[in-house]
Amino acid sequence: MTKADIVEKIYEKVGFSKKESAELVELVFDIMKDTLESSDKIKIAGFGNFVVKAKADRRGRNPQTGEEITISARRILTFKPSQVLKASINK
Amino acid sequence: MMTKSELVEKIMETNGFLNRKESELVINIIFDSMAKALMEGDKVEIRGFGSFTVRERDSREARNPKNGDVVRIPAKRTPFFKTGKELRERVNAL
Repeated sequence: MTKADIVEKIYEKVGFSKKESAELVELVFDIMKDTLESSDKIKIAGFGNFVVKAKADRRGRNPQTGEEITISARRILTFKPSQVLKASINK
Repeated sequence: MMTKSELVEKIMETNGFLNRKESELVINIIFDSMAKALMEGDKVEIRGFGSFTVRERDSREARNPKNGDVVRIPAKRTPFFKTGKELRERVNAL
């Protein structure tokens, strides 16, 4: 499934034009991206939480050469699926 | 932190033409259709944002931390999200 399939669903169910539906899907993901850049969390009830976590520096190894390197501190995005989503996927 | 209803609100304000009900409907269709695809075992790929897949977890033995009993955790399927390149870079930009 891609954005195009979601656009199709909105077009069918809401009755907006394909162009409007596509713009709305684009807008939703753009706003989520903007939000995660500046905030720490988006909670979508029934689906899950997108959480930004700060990771400290850590020692790592280049698996190809065995050389030790420092993996720099960074901010990463994680997704924690809701109980509802987890349960429905196991049905 | 942003909740789903705040997202609904934000979409409404930014778009300028939707009413709350329509904005809510659009958001619900987006997440419901993604959940449905995952339920059917499909992969969901949103370019620039990320992709959702379903991963199979084998059954395993674990212990009840309260009484130490060994329990068998059955095999299960779990949703997995991989952040897209653009979003990964934007989240990490300082």
